Amino acid sequence: MAEQRDLVAKTRLIEERGWRHSLTELLTKWEVLLGIIFVLMVVFFSNLSPYFLDYFNLMNATFQFSEKAIMALPMIYIIMCGDIDISIASIIALSAYAIGTASAAGVGTVGLFAIGLAVGTAAGLINGLLITGFNMPAIAVTLATQSIYRGIAQAALEERAMTSYPKGFGFFGQDFIGQTVIPFELVLYLVLAIVMGFILHKSAYGRRLYAIGSAPEAARFSGIKVKQVRIINYTLMGLFSGLAGILLTSRILSARSNIATSWDLEVITLVVLGGVSINGGKGTMYGVVIASFLVGYLKFGMGLLKLSGTIMTIVIGTLLIIAVLLPRLLDTYKNNRKLRRQQAEAALQATKA
Amino acid sequence: MRESQVKRTPSEPLLQRIVKILLDRREASLVILLAIMLVPIVARSPQFLSLDNINRILNDISILSIVAIGEFFVILSNGIDLTVGSIIAFSGMASGMLNEAYPNVPVVLILLLGIGIGAAMGSLNGLLVAYGKIPPIITTLGTMSIYRGMTFVLSKGTWVTAHEMTTTFIGFPRRTFLGISALIWMAVIVIALTYYFSRHTRPGREIYAIGGNATAAKFVGVNEKRTRFMVFVISGTLFGFAGSLWTARYASAVNEMATGFEMQAVAACVLGGVNFAGGAGAIPGVVLGALFLGVLNNALPVVYLSTFYQTLVQGMVVLLALIINTVVDQRKTRKLLAQRRAR
Repeated sequence: MAEQRDLVAKTRLIEERGWRHSLTELLTKWEVLLGIIFVLMVVFFSNLSPYFLDYFNLMNATFQFSEKAIMALPMIYIIMCGDIDISIASIIALSAYAIGTASAAGVGTVGLFAIGLAVGTAAGLINGLLITGFNMPAIAVTLATQSIYRGIAQAALEERAMTSYPKGFGFFGQDFIGQTVIPFELVLYLVLAIVMGFILHKSAYGRRLYAIGSAPEAARFSGIKVKQVRIINYTLMGLFSGLAGILLTSRILSARSNIATSWDLEVITLVVLGGVSINGGKGTMYGVVIASFLVGYLKFGMGLLKLSGTIMTIVIGTLLIIAVLLPRLLDTYKNNRKLRRQQAEAALQATKA
Repeated sequence: MRESQVKRTPSEPLLQRIVKILLDRREASLVILLAIMLVPIVARSPQFLSLDNINRILNDISILSIVAIGEFFVILSNGIDLTVGSIIAFSGMASGMLNEAYPNVPVVLILLLGIGIGAAMGSLNGLLVAYGKIPPIITTLGTMSIYRGMTFVLSKGTWVTAHEMTTTFIGFPRRTFLGISALIWMAVIVIALTYYFSRHTRPGREIYAIGGNATAAKFVGVNEKRTRFMVFVISGTLFGFAGSLWTARYASAVNEMATGFEMQAVAACVLGGVNFAGGAGAIPGVVLGALFLGVLNNALPVVYLSTFYQTLVQGMVVLLALIINTVVDQRKTRKLLAQRRAR
């Protein structure tokens, strides 16, 4: 009965104001809103600073956020399943420490790359095994491993910095593709985003992520190996954090124990800003990619205007809250309207009868 | 359920009964763990248990326990508050600047300013969580950067140093009453008040109810929104209070102060056996958790580990406590289920 009424109301609505309805539907989609904000931001900054819409500057600015954007990719999977990982910045510190130590021992570029990935993957796997093995809350476990991973780097490095690297190692984080001004990091990010996006939206594994996020119990009963998926997610997160560790070390050619502090929160911010629900089950790759560029260029633009980093943190914090608050308010608004329409419909039918 | 357990126990041997009681009471097992940890430390350096050192440890953990109690109420309601460091920084900076600008303002007013700032910032968190329905982790992730940013705006990037503040303000945490410093007294008062609040008042019990099972609590008439709002006001107030104390104790107010302190607060809660799913935990456990961290940090030099090992050791202890808590909890649930089935 209720469904029927709903259907009646819906067709009525579309008949009455078809284009206006579909427009509001489109505008209340988070990815579209993000895109609009992005365009507004570009217009805003290019009007205020002549240096903003400069091809070389725009390319160069991506160095500042590529690593975080790369880490946001597997974080989507984790948050999609209703989990969280706050140990990723510490994994960077751990892999940077391992790379630095190996480099000091004379390991070559390829070996360093492998070591960075291996350390990250191992750290991620440990997270996954601890969380699923003992069935412990993800936030508490990764809080503990956050201290452990960074603690290892801190105990070993103390105040020192590892600064000697083989000649070719700087390529990953500093160099451009061929003779162009396109950074290697940016290309790597875009390729990874496409691959991870394909898995998320077009593969069985991706569908499983959505299923687990929206109803973990139902997913388990329908035969999805939930534990296995979660372990894979955390291992992927570790792998990508190891990669980010390589890129960051290669970019700044120095490894300290306090490297990348608080990046975990920044990466989570990107993912949530991109429209992935923190409760799991909702979100897209496009949203997170747009959010990554939005935040990255917002920081770049504000830097051009000589606004301090402080204002940036305030703006990004506010943006994060609005990002979650706005869709909810819109939802309530839409529901209220629907309810009123239904009531009117019912009253109309009552008078007819 | 409890009564039937008590009735059945007398038939069991004494040792088993004692073990059972210890496993039942989180605080008891924590005390034993603490005692076990103290044995090698005291063996190596008997002065560790001297009155002087105990006093130092208690002074060190006073602020941590106040903050951990604030975090406890939020975790109890099945939330998390990441604004610890940011609220401490803002209220600490405001306290320091007030003292610098108006040296004649009494210390009590400075503390009240800190409390007021914390309550206001906590209210904003609570509004967004309870009435805006934003998950606590997202809300506090956002306000954490906002409050930290506001600290920079307030201070314009400068800091307040010891010689810019009055000696009455900086000296007050060390002023003693009955041989105990004011700082410790502050913590004791907060512990006593919150203990009474959480055990013997209606709003206190309602937090447990909401954290344990929000739907069931709503059906028996608990106002969920109001409770969730209140929880953040409590935590914010305590963080703000801690901020004023922080500036006075460390005799400086810098913009980066207390960065990452939320992790310490959460760690104390985890050590104290507070359940992350909400609804379980108690103030004594949290205080013991803070004490545990304090002893750990003070003991490192005694066992010849540099302070650089602090983070690593802390992480391992928290992980260990987490695993023990989880295993014990799961065993208890299984036993309860078996008992229910038997009947």
